Amino acid sequence: MKKTLELVKMNIGQIREGLLKKDFSALELTRAFLERIEQEDKEIGSYLTVCQETALSQAKEVDDMILEKREIPYLAGIPSAIKDNILVKDIRCTAGSKILENYIAPYDATCVKKLKKEKTVILGKTNLDEFAMGSSTENSAFYPAKNPWDKSRVPGGSSGGSAAAVAKGLCAFALGSDTGGSIRQPAAFCGAAGLKPTYGTVSRYGLIAFASSLDQIGVIAKNVQDLKAVFEVIKGKDKMDSTSVDTSLKEKKGKRDVQRLKAGIPKEYLVKGMEEGVERAVKEAIKKCQEQGIRIEEISLPHTEYALAVYYIIAPSEASANLARYDGIKYGSFQARSQVKDLQEFYFKTRGQGFGKEVRRRIMIGAYALSAGYYEAYYLRAQKVRTLIKNDFKEAFQKVDLILSPCAPTTAFKIGEKITDPLSMYLSDIFTVSVNLAGLPAVSLPCGRADNLPVGLQIIGRPFEEDTIFEFAQFCEKIWTQ
Amino acid sequence: MLSKEQIKHIAQLARLELEDKEIESLKKELSSILDYVEKLKEVDISGVEPTSHPFLLKNVMREDEVEEFKNKKGLFQAAPELKEGYFKVKKIL
Repeated sequence: MKKTLELVKMNIGQIREGLLKKDFSALELTRAFLERIEQEDKEIGSYLTVCQETALSQAKEVDDMILEKREIPYLAGIPSAIKDNILVKDIRCTAGSKILENYIAPYDATCVKKLKKEKTVILGKTNLDEFAMGSSTENSAFYPAKNPWDKSRVPGGSSGGSAAAVAKGLCAFALGSDTGGSIRQPAAFCGAAGLKPTYGTVSRYGLIAFASSLDQIGVIAKNVQDLKAVFEVIKGKDKMDSTSVDTSLKEKKGKRDVQRLKAGIPKEYLVKGMEEGVERAVKEAIKKCQEQGIRIEEISLPHTEYALAVYYIIAPSEASANLARYDGIKYGSFQARSQVKDLQEFYFKTRGQGFGKEVRRRIMIGAYALSAGYYEAYYLRAQKVRTLIKNDFKEAFQKVDLILSPCAPTTAFKIGEKITDPLSMYLSDIFTVSVNLAGLPAVSLPCGRADNLPVGLQIIGRPFEEDTIFEFAQFCEKIWTQ
Repeated sequence: MLSKEQIKHIAQLARLELEDKEIESLKKELSSILDYVEKLKEVDISGVEPTSHPFLLKNVMREDEVEEFKNKKGLFQAAPELKEGYFKVKKIL
């Protein structure tokens, strides 16, 4: 049997091959991952809950299937992790918040149901910024996750636990959610591949809502092939999410010649404040594409500089409405019930004590932006500028097939560096939020290093053209490693 | 800059109990965030329709059939206090 370190380094394709060739069993594989979590995760903090028993029994089932010579689905036996704002039945789901500290999920999210049907092994639930609000995983109510490349640095966020777990070999792939960059930025910081699909392609049923017009479930994995394999399983129309889309009607048939693709670089994205090393790594990666015959041209997304402001009105506004449900009655952790005199006080205390600082801050911004007298000045105006941002992309995609940019303006920053200044933290999402506002698909792909820390290239595509992104990204993987 | 009273009013709307110290820090933080979003005022939005969702949504219709949720027990177990199969709440008046 292979050693733990060899097992946990494998990608999905390699694991599948090993299982089918009986190099190792699913049980051995799952044990190796659980052992590694036990040894390494105290320092990384990527998991909030580890589901040892269910993981082992899921693995056993796969071994039985193999033993009986039954055909196994593509993701069968693959050890995965699920961001802790996505429900897995009978497993605690905290959303990184004290207010849901003891919440046991009463049903499976649709994407989890689909993974279970594939016989995927679920190792546990990963750490995140509380309610997915943050860019560093420091806002987790339990403990911050750390970057496997440098433990004094953040793994990014909010899906920081998922990205760190993939990078450290604590799972083969992980599900995350992305509202303004929460899959792509941590993937970039940890040197993993991340996919934020087109809005609506993956059902949000069972995802704890943050900002419903922006939220999308996606994947963090070791390479593009794996992103694609998981995406194929979790996507699709779901009657439990009326915004989900039947993508089979929208997909373009037939492969395209990658080398005939045209990619655009938005001139507005080469902003001041970008780290020199990040800029250099991204430019070098793009140059290599150019040398291979990819046509690159400069494009313009004129409303880029307003995207972050639009996002920080729309996302908190939707959040303040979505988080109104945490009243401490249907679920909640507030203990001192007997000490309050009426329902009103009960609400104030439950919410004041149950939500962390950043969540309270965002609820406040949202409540303000939606309140009488300010709605038009803030929320409505932001929605109109959102239209202009969306139109910028539409126009750009008339000229090019893909848009390339850095994923974040810096590499992973130090723990504590930005936590006291919310605005500087928000700026780490500057290249990713527009994509959510426009509902587009995007992949973050490791493209180089700056000061020995991973840098990610963001590849944005037209709505429902994930396949074009995958083909291009796989092409990049090949030429960058040459 | 938002006033202390404004912060208290928003907290009231959001049903959040805040300590005095936090009211002070929120005054500064919210004000700096609102200053930042002020830049949206530069944009000419005349004649622009608002976007509430990335893609145009159509009403999704289905038969109005009652489906029993199978794990009722699981739903209720999350509640801190129950009485005779109902959620228990504090008195309202």
